[in-house]
Amino acid sequence: MKRIVDTANHLAGYAAKAARVKVVAAYPITPQTTVVEKIADFVESGQMDAEYIRVESEHSAMVACIAAAATGVRTFTATSAHGLALMHEALHWASGSRLPIVMAVVNRAMGAPWSIWPDMSDSLSQRDTGWIQFYCADNQEVFDTILQAYKLCEDERVFLPAMVCLEGFILSHTYAPAKLPDQATVDDFLPPYKSGWVLDVNKPYSHANLVSPEWYMEFRYMIQEAMENAKRLVPQIDREYGKCFGSEYGGLVEKYRCEGADLVLLTMGTMGSDAKLAVDKLRKEGLNVGSARVRVYRPFPMEEIVKLAAGSRMIATMDRHISFGMEGFLGSEVKASLYGQEDRPLFAGFIAGLGGRDVTAETIEKVAKKSLRMLDMGKVEKETEWVDLRE
Amino acid sequence: MLREIRIHGRGGQGSVTAATVLVQAAFIEGKWVQAFPYFGAERRGAPVKAFARISSEPLLVHSQVYNPDYVIVLDPYIYKVVDVTEGLKKGSVIVMNTKRKPAELGLEGWRVGTVDATGIALELNLLVAGSPVVNTSILGAFAKASGEVKLASVLQAVKETWSGGAGEKNARATELAYERLTRWWDGEG
Amino acid sequence: MASVPKKRKDLPLTPLSCPTEGSMGKTGSWRIFRPEVNCSKCTRCTICWVFCPDAAITRLEDDSPKIDYDYCKGCGICANECPVKAIVMVREEE
Repeated sequence: MKRIVDTANHLAGYAAKAARVKVVAAYPITPQTTVVEKIADFVESGQMDAEYIRVESEHSAMVACIAAAATGVRTFTATSAHGLALMHEALHWASGSRLPIVMAVVNRAMGAPWSIWPDMSDSLSQRDTGWIQFYCADNQEVFDTILQAYKLCEDERVFLPAMVCLEGFILSHTYAPAKLPDQATVDDFLPPYKSGWVLDVNKPYSHANLVSPEWYMEFRYMIQEAMENAKRLVPQIDREYGKCFGSEYGGLVEKYRCEGADLVLLTMGTMGSDAKLAVDKLRKEGLNVGSARVRVYRPFPMEEIVKLAAGSRMIATMDRHISFGMEGFLGSEVKASLYGQEDRPLFAGFIAGLGGRDVTAETIEKVAKKSLRMLDMGKVEKETEWVDLRE
Repeated sequence: MLREIRIHGRGGQGSVTAATVLVQAAFIEGKWVQAFPYFGAERRGAPVKAFARISSEPLLVHSQVYNPDYVIVLDPYIYKVVDVTEGLKKGSVIVMNTKRKPAELGLEGWRVGTVDATGIALELNLLVAGSPVVNTSILGAFAKASGEVKLASVLQAVKETWSGGAGEKNARATELAYERLTRWWDGEG
Repeated sequence: MASVPKKRKDLPLTPLSCPTEGSMGKTGSWRIFRPEVNCSKCTRCTICWVFCPDAAITRLEDDSPKIDYDYCKGCGICANECPVKAIVMVREEE
């Protein structure tokens, strides 16, 4: 085991190497580029036995990954924002083909206006594509989650691709300490690549052909089943990872001081880390607040949300994203998860940190105190509020 | 214990590298660290900022640095276009690469440490593409001015980052800056 | 000079940028070394004017170069390209 100081992007590169990825097809985009530059260094210097395909666009990158995965090798790529959007139709294809590709998505805001700064609009707008989605809160988690993702995706009960999301700049370009496990330990945890089907010149067939209305729904239902299986497997794999490597993340949702909390703040990504600082400060002031970080957004952890709601009087979500014409996705899906419950907590949704607007522990404290005031009054002023919006 | 540091420089001077080598030194001493650039478009020559955090505990904070305990200024002229004291706490220390005195730079009232890092670079012929390398030597000055990292740790971090002759030269510059730092408070200077 | 919006209602529908001289401020302040032309050595070949990446050199009527030190960043390309070494890079005084 080696202790180093490096960026989350470089750690994603280390993870691809540790996972013995065989094909990487990628196109550069800020703030992802150093992921694949690191991999290119590894391949060039012989430290990583893989084929690096320089493609001319992200769409080609995903299609190349689909082709490579279909031949029976572990594949990896990385992108952000408009690069991810450019892959959109291929994302559907990858999941429908049931190929266990893992992709690092370095979250970046969508233009227009042009932005290079982080928010989760890019990956969250791809939530319907049938990809498993992980959201990381620190550098170590990025490394660990990529390894966990391969194990999950290549499980025969899953066979779906996964995005491992990390916020641009906040994690991607920030140097922080991390532990790199020995290759032997990784090999013990992650068996050789397995896929549900392989293109073989000796036994030729083509995949994902035309399916008539008679059977299409059933193929889609199988993807939904796979997602349900993934939901059960994530906590198991996380615990197993913890036993092998010493770090685990609470499965689908990482809870912090939620026992007996009047208010639970729900976040995703690095906000979940700063939220712990806010909770500690609020608890010191005698306020009963806890925080929970949604680590896996797809499949959505409905059951975990229901459990959190059962134990608290109010839930407030902080979305680093807005679905125009409606609200933040996390907010919507939390409410959808709770609709069927008899006893529902009060709910308030907040939009924060779009386009890289800094979200500090102080900001999160303010959101919590505002929510607590609403809880005292027994009603919510606005269903969705934008935090720190200029007049 | 948490210390936050802001580094001012110009694009191409190695402000981010200064931050990463600094935290590498602190990491060697068993600290938890963060180093990151000001997140934005960078161009060679334009004013840029980089940040570092040194902590005794693992850091949960991921937001920006607003009130640094230390400011390091790599470029001798940048104070003319950038307010290097922005957000600085009272009693904080500014370490500057300059030949001048704090009063001449409009920094009276602040604790300032100065060293002619550019001069050291020219003396040792420590140049990259014709430009003097100041980002390593300034860390020697920081070690002396702040006491937050030991010189030995900085030298180790420098030699781990650059091998062979380059490592030796950078390390020498770091040592010289450590020796030549002038503290303009507590009656010195 | 573009106006900096003070309120949300002052924002345009989407950012609109017009070409303007010196939109990044006087980038001459970025300089560490300044180019100095030795007029007697200069052969008026205009190569420095062609090569300046920032259009900070004006070609005068007699084809001699005039450097705009408000915007010259001191990149040294003119000095590098001058075929008779009539341009020298001099360290700026602090």
